[in-house]
Amino acid sequence: MKFRSAIAALAATVALPVAASHATDLEVTHWWTSGGEAAAVAELAKAFDATGNKWVDGAIAGAGGTARPIMVSRITGGDPMGATQFNHGRQAEELVQEGLMRDLTDVAERGKWKEIIRPASLLDSCTIDGKIYCAPVNIHSWQWLWLSNAAFEKAGVAVPKNWDEFVAAAPALEQAGIVPLAVGGQPWQASNAFDVLMLALAGKDTFLQVFQERNAEVAAGPEMAKVFKAADDARRMSKGTNVQDWNQATNMVITGKAGGQIMGDWAQGEFQLAGLKAGEDYSCLPGLGVTEVIATGGDAFYFPLLEDEEKSKAQEALAETLVDPKVQVAFNLKKGSVPVRGDVDLAAANDCMKKGLDILAKGNVVPWTDQLLSADSQKQKEDLFSEFFANPSMTAEDTQKRFVEIIAAAD
Amino acid sequence: MTGQATDRTTVPRRSGRPNRLTRNLSAKIASIPMMLTAVVIFLGGTLWTVLYSFTSSKLLPRLRFVGLDQYERLWAAPRWLVSIENLAIYGIFSLIFSMVIGFVLAALMDQKIRFENTFRTVFLYPFALSFIVTGLVWQWLLNPEHGIQSVVRAMGWAGFSFDPLYDSGIVIYGILIAALWQGTGLVMCLMLAGLRGIDEDIWKAARVDGIPMWKTYLFVVIPMMRPVFVTTLVIIASGIVRVYDLVVAQTSGGPGIASEVPAKYVYDYMFQAQNLGQGFAASTMMLITVAIIIVPWAYLEFGGGRKRV
Repeated sequence: MKFRSAIAALAATVALPVAASHATDLEVTHWWTSGGEAAAVAELAKAFDATGNKWVDGAIAGAGGTARPIMVSRITGGDPMGATQFNHGRQAEELVQEGLMRDLTDVAERGKWKEIIRPASLLDSCTIDGKIYCAPVNIHSWQWLWLSNAAFEKAGVAVPKNWDEFVAAAPALEQAGIVPLAVGGQPWQASNAFDVLMLALAGKDTFLQVFQERNAEVAAGPEMAKVFKAADDARRMSKGTNVQDWNQATNMVITGKAGGQIMGDWAQGEFQLAGLKAGEDYSCLPGLGVTEVIATGGDAFYFPLLEDEEKSKAQEALAETLVDPKVQVAFNLKKGSVPVRGDVDLAAANDCMKKGLDILAKGNVVPWTDQLLSADSQKQKEDLFSEFFANPSMTAEDTQKRFVEIIAAAD
Repeated sequence: MTGQATDRTTVPRRSGRPNRLTRNLSAKIASIPMMLTAVVIFLGGTLWTVLYSFTSSKLLPRLRFVGLDQYERLWAAPRWLVSIENLAIYGIFSLIFSMVIGFVLAALMDQKIRFENTFRTVFLYPFALSFIVTGLVWQWLLNPEHGIQSVVRAMGWAGFSFDPLYDSGIVIYGILIAALWQGTGLVMCLMLAGLRGIDEDIWKAARVDGIPMWKTYLFVVIPMMRPVFVTTLVIIASGIVRVYDLVVAQTSGGPGIASEVPAKYVYDYMFQAQNLGQGFAASTMMLITVAIIIVPWAYLEFGGGRKRV
């Protein structure tokens, strides 16, 4: 993939002198490099090129953790790209405060973003001091439990309908030589799995009390103690996973080596790629089958402040293209995510995607931790939970104490 | 040079000593860029980092002083403490083992064996690989499902268990194995060069006196190789403090935080957590650790140097 994007970049530089006369080149950086993701980006590029400008692809391989430092240092170092992907929320907050990013309020007002973008919290995350700084492109939700029907059949138990049934089925799975819950070794997986458990088992109010209000008392309270007990169960069930990347863990579910995985809706792309069918070969439980609430994290494009007037104009064109209804459908179907506007037709969506759309339509949404906490607090949480999941001698009580400290110090 | 030499002998000293500034002028001019780099980049950068480690800088450096807050947080962070402990274990063992194994290999190679060139290449070859490649190779070798464990089990020892990378208690030793595999070849070459530098007459004299070979190595040859040992020590030690890529490739700090190292803490907090202050505080602590080791040693090595020469 890296190779292909390198070729694309190369081709773009060759084409540059020819294209420069009538179109404006805009370099767009992002970290979408897996098969499905690249196909989705191609849709954006096609739509942008149709506006008479030229999309110069600046893909950075190796997930957000690798790509974001590169993007940030390019912007702070005085070599900004035309536009860049971030997870909307607080990742670009300081860049905006430093005046390095461009104010999109005009474009947003012209396109009536306030009315069409749903849920409203998505645009709130783009808003700092009343001005809009990013164009959301999709909604990714984390709150999914993916289950392998074949694994449960082999173990001789029914496919669970919620988290408690899943925990109850774990011994049978283990006896059949199946790892009940696949949790990859990357720190963000453990941390986010905990957040998902928390939202599902403790409910929306507790979730917001802890992460939005940073109420240390609630974080230390009995509701949370229950969540930590569930995390303890999850830790026991994840023993023997022995893989690092999330898609390797998903692959364990696909091949029936693991019973299930807590992972965002991007995992669905892997199931589709393997030719499995939702409902028949695999099941999905939004909100772990307990609390049907999904979070509205996702991706957005930010536009660095540029001096070149031509390019600034091209930035506006790109921002408009990104929220265009047709582009939204084409992009999100390939990406496996949900469009940011409610007025588009998604007949091609599969069962699991439809469940997600339903919940979204009912308005059962919360902002995700990327939007609520700073990258610093998120990293501390990752350290805590990756240690917890890897170290069976760490008690749930001690972990909760350390969790309370992080929440109390969060900014 | 001859002109200078006659100058000094024939012309009586005019002003105390010859003008030091103009001696070897062209060499001094040539080294100005490097001196500037050293002062501005190394020293200036270091001072800047230390200064900003007392601020609450997040994504961007800002001069908002918070005193020792960053350091307090650093030393309260379990991950940092694990990192320090790992560095100590890794450092001590890698120092001892690479020196001992390197020297023993070199001594064996020095026995006028056949195919010495081949052996030397074989032992040195891993050093040509980057830490990333080394880390990946050993990640596979130590993986219980594909690596050594499965091979031994397939040969019949079904109960054999060897999976250091998935055991929090011993994961750092798994990394140590890879580091030794990669690094001892270089140590061996340095040692071999040192051994070849020992005068053949010393060996002859020792043989005449009837001293056993191991005693000659231990009490005569090794003390004579002191400069080689010092060079090797500096090379290994600097490699230990900055160990980062090997860990990233092999375990990315896992399982959990069991194989974290200080350099990785610095990177993760500076760039992933967008907390420059915390990263600077951690890197300042690394600098202090190095200084505590280097300064007394440098004082002993170079401070009394004039007497010896």
